[in-house]
Amino acid sequence: MSSVSDVIVRPPSAPAPAPSPSYLEDGHTLRSWLTTHDHKRIAILYAISITVFFFIGGLAATVIRLELATPAGDLVSHDTYNKLFTAHGVIMVWLFLIPSIPSVFGNFLIPLMIGAKDLAFPRLNLLSWYLYVAGGAIVLAALALGGVDTGWTFYAPYATMFSNSWVALTLVGVFVVGFSSILTGLNFIVTVHTLRAPGLGWFKLPLFVWAHYATAIILVLATPVLAITTLLVVAERLLQIGVFDPAHGGDPLLFQHLFWFYSHPAVYIMVLPAMGVVSEIVPCFARKRIFGYRFMAYAILGIASIGFLVWGHHMFVSGQSLAASLVFSLLSFLVAVPSAIKVFNWTATLYKGSIRFDAPMLYALGFVGLFTIGGLTGLFVASLALDVHLTDTYFVVAHFHYIMVGGSVMAYFGALHFWWPKATGRMYPELWGRIAAVLIFVGFNLTFFPQFLLGLRGMPRRYHAYPPEFHQLHMASSMGAVVLALGYLLPLVYFAYSLRATCRTSANPFGALGLEWQTRSPPPTHNFDRPPTVPEHVYDYATPTKAEPARTPAAQATSP
Amino acid sequence: MNGVADIARDGGVAWLGGASSVAPRWDLLFGAMVLLCGTVALGVCIAILAFSIRYRAGAGRGEPGPQRTRAIEIAWTATPLAIFIVLFVWAAHDFVELYRPPADALPVAVVAKQWMWKLQHRNGRREINELHVPLGQPVRLLMTSQDAIHSFFVPAFRLKQDVVPGRYTGLWFTATKLGEFRLFCAEYCGTDHSQMLGRIVVMPPAEYTRWLGSGNEQPSLAQYGFALFRSLGCSGCHEPASTVHAPSLDGILGRTVHLQDGRTIVADENYVRDSILVPRKDVVAGFAPVMPSFAGQVSEEDIEALIAYLRSTGATAAGAGAPR
Amino acid sequence: MSAIAAPALAAADDAPRTAQLGMWIFLGTEVLFFGGLFVAYAVGRAHWPHGFAVASRHTDVVLGTVNTAVLLTSSAIVAFAVACADHPAQRRWTALALWATAALGVVFLAIKGVEYAHEWSEHLFPLADFALTEPGAELFWVLYFVMTILHSVHLLIGIVGVAAFARATGAGKSWPTPGRVDTMALYWHFVDIVWIVLYPLLYLVERHA
Repeated sequence: MSSVSDVIVRPPSAPAPAPSPSYLEDGHTLRSWLTTHDHKRIAILYAISITVFFFIGGLAATVIRLELATPAGDLVSHDTYNKLFTAHGVIMVWLFLIPSIPSVFGNFLIPLMIGAKDLAFPRLNLLSWYLYVAGGAIVLAALALGGVDTGWTFYAPYATMFSNSWVALTLVGVFVVGFSSILTGLNFIVTVHTLRAPGLGWFKLPLFVWAHYATAIILVLATPVLAITTLLVVAERLLQIGVFDPAHGGDPLLFQHLFWFYSHPAVYIMVLPAMGVVSEIVPCFARKRIFGYRFMAYAILGIASIGFLVWGHHMFVSGQSLAASLVFSLLSFLVAVPSAIKVFNWTATLYKGSIRFDAPMLYALGFVGLFTIGGLTGLFVASLALDVHLTDTYFVVAHFHYIMVGGSVMAYFGALHFWWPKATGRMYPELWGRIAAVLIFVGFNLTFFPQFLLGLRGMPRRYHAYPPEFHQLHMASSMGAVVLALGYLLPLVYFAYSLRATCRTSANPFGALGLEWQTRSPPPTHNFDRPPTVPEHVYDYATPTKAEPARTPAAQATSP
Repeated sequence: MNGVADIARDGGVAWLGGASSVAPRWDLLFGAMVLLCGTVALGVCIAILAFSIRYRAGAGRGEPGPQRTRAIEIAWTATPLAIFIVLFVWAAHDFVELYRPPADALPVAVVAKQWMWKLQHRNGRREINELHVPLGQPVRLLMTSQDAIHSFFVPAFRLKQDVVPGRYTGLWFTATKLGEFRLFCAEYCGTDHSQMLGRIVVMPPAEYTRWLGSGNEQPSLAQYGFALFRSLGCSGCHEPASTVHAPSLDGILGRTVHLQDGRTIVADENYVRDSILVPRKDVVAGFAPVMPSFAGQVSEEDIEALIAYLRSTGATAAGAGAPR
Repeated sequence: MSAIAAPALAAADDAPRTAQLGMWIFLGTEVLFFGGLFVAYAVGRAHWPHGFAVASRHTDVVLGTVNTAVLLTSSAIVAFAVACADHPAQRRWTALALWATAALGVVFLAIKGVEYAHEWSEHLFPLADFALTEPGAELFWVLYFVMTILHSVHLLIGIVGVAAFARATGAGKSWPTPGRVDTMALYWHFVDIVWIVLYPLLYLVERHA
């Protein structure tokens, strides 16, 4: 029986106290949405805009894979192709992956998970979204005006001196989006420090909160370096002043150091929240405490801190000194240790559990498998001698897509399915959810595994046309991309379908722990009707004698 | 694509046979990593599958007893750490070798520009997008770019090095198989990045010598450099007979130089290049900073020729080191 | 499972602590922001020690020193304003001090403007007619302008903020609480500290080498 249909029959003389509206019903005008201070509404705003950018970036990828299905560059021109992979990277990194889990799920859930009414700075939160949209609009404007062809990494001196495209405008957009990131991170840190419910000590926090806290630290410390780097590139382009121009005494390698100082921690911004999501889903569907909670929390901090020290592993063949390469390689191996710990701990959580394979769990398990492969291939490129051959080839492309897509995007979809009932009060159709999860998993591997082999054979990155010996593997990858695309399109359909009134669900259809499940679905604007109770252990799914909550009748009725 | 001939194919879908002296070690390390990482990946995936089946809901399991986890956690922290350190050392050792070209390596000057490779052998013979080399003989490339950053990549050799404007970077190899091998540009450099292909042609030494000697009569790189040395006026100051007090450049490469600001450096190709283009950067102690700059008057090939000439005047042992 | 009830949102008097923590974190981001420029400066000086030395002799050390004194004084005054803000009876003094702080900030910008004017006429702007031929000198001046312009932008934001506080305090508005004044002063001190790092880097190092 859904919470919203709580009808109490009273005599007409005493009208029933109306339950406070859910955050979705609390104001129906567009204005109420665009001027909201409610972290949950802001999360929805982010979700919509992020989805738009995801599909635009995905469109670019579709054209890319279509072009690469054959060796000749015959679908689009060289310049167009170069602009396509740049657009794909810029949009997917800055307008999708970096904000995705933090700005949607972090925003929605952190106050709920710590028993607070909102984030520490609600208006700053809204500003973050507006900055994100403004920056995104600027990037789209640059695309509409003709695009940028520098690659998302916009290396000097090509980007500063030789590109004839909308570099400066795009980077202004990136600069603006960067401030959105910084403010979100700032908000999360202050929130976690100051707004936790009493009794909610650090080691009672869900790992989702730990992950976002660490991510927020990276956001506030790394993004400013991106900001100054984009500023210097824009200045060099517009004013021809040469900080990176060797002819003026500048150093192209300085650009790379500044760029990667941000962009390596950036990948941890993309993956740590995903790990936080997985750490919520796995215990719930295995009905068991997460294995090694403390090590998991320390591992998160370890990844965030060591992650700041490894940026030079993107520069092993750049001409940087041998000593620098040695240090960065060693540190890159070290940062793999906490990631390995997390994989082992998720796996061990399954041991002697009581596992259900609902869609969120399929995504979470998919994450663990694909992140493992992605992470292990990271060891290859951390190895100095191996990286000499593998860097700048499709091996690296496959490596980072395994982590970012096989990892982060799968976790994002897992989070979508897991918290959809909480956010909307509706349940998605479970069968279709599982079908999409499997399609995405299979399609992903079909698309990206061949790319490891391509890179091994020497296929360089960012090539519009390629020699014929790479044809078979590229064809295989492009065919896999069709399956993957299908998998991504399915949820659009069934999530929309699930918003119908007949798909109503209960406050806690999965029987999950976590304070967010103690309030209604969808929650009221102020989050909790009654103060939530903080459990003794955050993942106390322990004993088999605890009754496992059945799926609600309403939800079951809608499963096809 | 630049008229590249059919490249000899070997290996199936994934494997590309190695053709340089470092390739076997590379393949060994790679194979070991695949074995190791494959085992771990398989292990994790099998564990997940096994647990998913064995412990699925409704399968009936015993009470999960109190878990003594500390020992396991320490074990699977320390073990990967130890393995990673071994891997790091192994890969680092192989990597360092790439920075130690043998003293007898044949020098080849390379200039990359959008979107082609220009190469010049010691005797002056030039090539565009092709590099002929003898089998079994170390070859050392001295590379710079005229514009954006490029990257010299020969997959069959398992070697790659970025080519950067404003400085020299180096790459050395010994080809161990006859044939033709693809050369790619591996750093995105603009419109025709994917067209910046070439090939390395490995020939038997005798054939290489013949090839090198054929082609249009032209001065060797060092001879051309000597001609420039005079025509640009370098000899006017740097020859012993000159009335201008300027450092002698005989055997300059590899020599220790004391600079005006107190630093001491070993003169390498980058130092010579900087001295020609930005002479006031590293002034030698005891000399007035009166040398004019030749920026704009000399091309990258000219500088490489001047360096070849200076190298021919004798180099100390350290002068054969790779510039980075 | 023990149950501890969660209270309402953090009590009102915790708001200053929250805002302060937020400001400290924001200042942390600014450190990293300027940090990129300091790295560029360090690399430039390492590559071109002579060029940087020659270039830095053309900065106006007199005006730079005056400006340093101006900013340090303004920081002292804004600290005084923070102290006054704790005493509602001293509202006029608080407002006065805040206005004086903002005014000194304007003085700084004016002096900086004079410096830029001199540097323009001496062809020290890193444009086509840059005056110094020493290799690396132009890079120094690129960094000089980027750093000082960015600093001035931050100072301008501080001036506008402090002036807003001054006006509201003078008019008896309630929103400039002691906590908020303190947070604003924190920002002002940070802008001052950035200058304290820039001043020796740009005006003093190797001036008389």
